[in-house]
Amino acid sequence: MHSNKYILVYSTIMVVLVAVSLTFVAVGLKPLQEDNIRIEKMQNILASVHINVLPKEAIATYQKYITRVIVINNQGKIVEGSDGFTIDMALELKKPADQQNLPVFIATLDDGKMYSIVPVRGKGLWGPIWGYIALTEDFNTIFGVTFDHKGETPGLGAEINMDWFEKPFEGKQIFDQQGSFTSVRVEKGGAKQGDIHAVDAISGGTITSKGLEKMLLDCLVSYEVYFKNKGVI
Amino acid sequence: MSNDKIKDREPLFSAKNIKLLKNPINLDNPISVQVLGICSALAVTVQLKPAIVMALSVTIVTAFSNLIISSVRNTIPSRIRIIVQLVVVATLVIIVDQVLKAYVYDVSKKLSVFVGLIITNCILMGRLEAFAMAQKPWPSFLDGIGNGLGYGAILIIVGFFRELFGSGKLYGYSVIPEFAFKAGYVNNGMMILPPMALILIGVIIWLQRSRNRVLIDKS
Repeated sequence: MHSNKYILVYSTIMVVLVAVSLTFVAVGLKPLQEDNIRIEKMQNILASVHINVLPKEAIATYQKYITRVIVINNQGKIVEGSDGFTIDMALELKKPADQQNLPVFIATLDDGKMYSIVPVRGKGLWGPIWGYIALTEDFNTIFGVTFDHKGETPGLGAEINMDWFEKPFEGKQIFDQQGSFTSVRVEKGGAKQGDIHAVDAISGGTITSKGLEKMLLDCLVSYEVYFKNKGVI
Repeated sequence: MSNDKIKDREPLFSAKNIKLLKNPINLDNPISVQVLGICSALAVTVQLKPAIVMALSVTIVTAFSNLIISSVRNTIPSRIRIIVQLVVVATLVIIVDQVLKAYVYDVSKKLSVFVGLIITNCILMGRLEAFAMAQKPWPSFLDGIGNGLGYGAILIIVGFFRELFGSGKLYGYSVIPEFAFKAGYVNNGMMILPPMALILIGVIIWLQRSRNRVLIDKS
């Protein structure tokens, strides 16, 4: 039988050894992991305008199609001096609305048309959900969306990143006919046929669906002035 | 004296050691015979690539946790042995997870929580408690490799059939020709859902027992 002192010393040494080795691994691999996250972000931005690329082609394709990245405030004015790509929406959303730096990714596709891609971020059931919304040149009609999540329930809330959920957003409008901001609702029980402001929610994924609806409302409203001005004046 | 020592030392791949490697692949398979690690086997076998990566990850973790625990088995205070085992396993799993995130990010996303859950995989703690705590490092290492491969073999077999019939692909490449789809062939949607993995594992267990009579429980 080992004494208490032995056990204490044993566990202390063990924990220190483990901590040191894990630190080395984490610090050593961090640059590679950050590159992967950047590439994934580029893939997501491109996916919102229906360009799906492999990780190794992501950087070149991103540089080809994303012609401009601007940062605006909620008055639709350009904010100088910050890099739109590296802006962390999680941090921006915690700031008061008039101090947020909001990135807009402008894509010019092969057909010569320009699309504005804006990031959105919110809460699902278990953790953060996020995505990118691409609007056509009228700054009203959704061209494409891409969503992702940290850890929503597989088969239920996690379905938000599936095609069947993302596809119906295409062609929906975020302003009503009077020109006031309405966002897109995610309707439990199914959106009415022909409703251009709503899509079907996910059965069994109500909290994630509601979270997604709130995310769209909260994030897109910050861009309202920018959209109404049809870009930066 | 020195001659005796040489005589005592058994070769690295003696019949006994080979058995440690081979038994878990068939007669003592962790999934199909001991019925351990089923949860992850159902979850990560939709495609072949994540199944292979998971198989490799588990093999590495079982082998090295067995090796480490066996090397220090005489120093581990028995009152905290489970904690020590868990710390070793958890450390290895975190390292594997970090490496996957750095080098195969897409697969790491598909495996999601299941890499972290290797920590709770019964195969690991089972081998540590039952084998590594009482055996020398080399046999323990082989036992770990054997069990990892036994687990991996089932994962890869199940992953192969699920990806082939569920998505018409293998390792991400389309293998079912286009004309087959045009002629009316459809992918089996059931294959990509977990229940089909359970049915496939059931079929494997059935085939294995019908070939190996010793596995049949006479009582």
